[in-house]
Amino acid sequence: MTSHFLEVDNLVMRFGGLTAVDGLSFVVDHGAIHGLIGPNGAGKTTTFNMISGFYRPTSGQVRLRGEAISGLPMHEVARRGVVRTFQHSTLFAELTVLENALVGTHMSFRPNIFAAILGVDMEDRRGAKARAEEALEFFGLLDFENEPAGELSHGHQRALGMAVAMAAHPDVFLLDEPFTGMNPEETKHMMTLMEKLRDSGATILLVEHDMHAIMGLCDQITVMSFGKFLAEGGPEEIRNHPDVIEAYLGGARHVA
Amino acid sequence: MPKAATLSIAWLGLIVFLLALPHGLSFSQQEILVFLTINVLLVASYRLMTLTGEWSLGHVVIMGVGAYASALYAKQLGVFVPVSMLLGAVTAALIALALSYPLFRMKGFYFLIGSFAAGEIIRLLWKRFRDPFGGPKGIKKINPMPDFDIGFYSFDFFEPVSYYYFALVVVGGSLWILWRIERSPVGLTFHAVHWQDKLAQSAGVNVRAYRTLAFVIASGFAGLAGALLAHYIGTINPNSFDVELMVFVLTWAIVGGTATFYGPILGCVVLSILNEVVLRELGFEQMRPLIYGLILICSVLFLPKGLESVVQNYLRRRNGKAMAEKGSAA
Repeated sequence: MTSHFLEVDNLVMRFGGLTAVDGLSFVVDHGAIHGLIGPNGAGKTTTFNMISGFYRPTSGQVRLRGEAISGLPMHEVARRGVVRTFQHSTLFAELTVLENALVGTHMSFRPNIFAAILGVDMEDRRGAKARAEEALEFFGLLDFENEPAGELSHGHQRALGMAVAMAAHPDVFLLDEPFTGMNPEETKHMMTLMEKLRDSGATILLVEHDMHAIMGLCDQITVMSFGKFLAEGGPEEIRNHPDVIEAYLGGARHVA
Repeated sequence: MPKAATLSIAWLGLIVFLLALPHGLSFSQQEILVFLTINVLLVASYRLMTLTGEWSLGHVVIMGVGAYASALYAKQLGVFVPVSMLLGAVTAALIALALSYPLFRMKGFYFLIGSFAAGEIIRLLWKRFRDPFGGPKGIKKINPMPDFDIGFYSFDFFEPVSYYYFALVVVGGSLWILWRIERSPVGLTFHAVHWQDKLAQSAGVNVRAYRTLAFVIASGFAGLAGALLAHYIGTINPNSFDVELMVFVLTWAIVGGTATFYGPILGCVVLSILNEVVLRELGFEQMRPLIYGLILICSVLFLPKGLESVVQNYLRRRNGKAMAEKGSAA
């Protein structure tokens, strides 16, 4: 099963007359960090939205362990083990850092309203708190646990987005531009954390513009251009791939 | 003094105050006190609904569903009154569950309008069907609560004081349940659904199920408030639950503020006192809608976070002072 863990099979997404993703296929291996790159407007985020259940694909399938997950609502995809983060800092800004992470534990510790009223769910609440704090500690946020999430620095907000996902203990992390707005120091730190996540058995699929991070981090890279599959391979292969260099044109100096 | 001790003394003081309160009031003021107690439950249940970010204009009609159901169960089927009240609350919750299917296809403003339309449909059904709803004249001679004796106090429900104590226990218990829900993981999920429904969904939260849950619970307690009202005044009609009362509920919630549990309750109590005591004394309680409108505009302009923000600021300053004292002592 390791070779066909998460499969994207001939995925098509049309918005009216515009075909944003056109017959895209690739496979993410279990326990790999897989990058999805491409010039602006290549359809990376649209692909992400289809995998996570935010969009229903026009045609094609996404399969996890051989089971079709495309077309399911987002919370159902999450319950099957695929949890995404969002571009920009999408957080519960009004809640505290700890409460944000607690929302992430929703699937493992399903709230039960009757138990909550009677107060017999204390064990679950403790378990959820321990899980949330573990995720916060991993991303170095434990010191801020009682602060409102909206008051964190940008880098910390990005990290918190990932901590929320981690608290859910997913099999697959879908990270949408996790390094945007981070300084080189923070990026480097985040890269080591992601490697740690992978080594603990998680699979990571990320969309990113920071070529430096992508090349340093990914085991496998899929390149898209104008909604279509362009190339696939390891970082070294992609760096020297003539089609990729051509697709990026102005951006070629980053790649080459 | 340790904080826990201060807190329990404050609670004890509040309970004693609430128990002693009716004895210092006139008969008509005691009646108003009963209505106020019921309205507190109405507005507190409304807040639970707003936790998920949806504002409804049908809440008062749902309260009416509880009132009609409880009255009919008691009158037509001979159900024992306290039981019929509970059944009325359950009926209101079930009606809300049925309404949630069409209504939660909408969000925000559209939900607001949809809930208003749904409420009006229910009200028109009461008017149209004389049997069993009594048409425009509504239901009269609703069975009162049966009197009973608990040893040290005998409840005589002809007296507003007795009904006030009864309502106080019911409303107090309901508020406790609402509070427990809000402070639980369920309440946290309601907040999550409100602030970032996409992120909540990606954490596996079934957003629609949670919106429905909040709507159903809030409606159940609104129905209970309606049942309390029906068996107190003994007569209800479709106009007892019209949009005017809904506007008052909104005014209480907005003037009080909805960020805290006590905000809407504060708004309800303060505005009711203002209305019943000050305006009645001055002799223009008939101008209530006008005055409420003015208060609403003023509070939005000058106190946008509601009366609760005044309390919050006071508490923060006091805590800050206590901290500073502790700091200087150390």
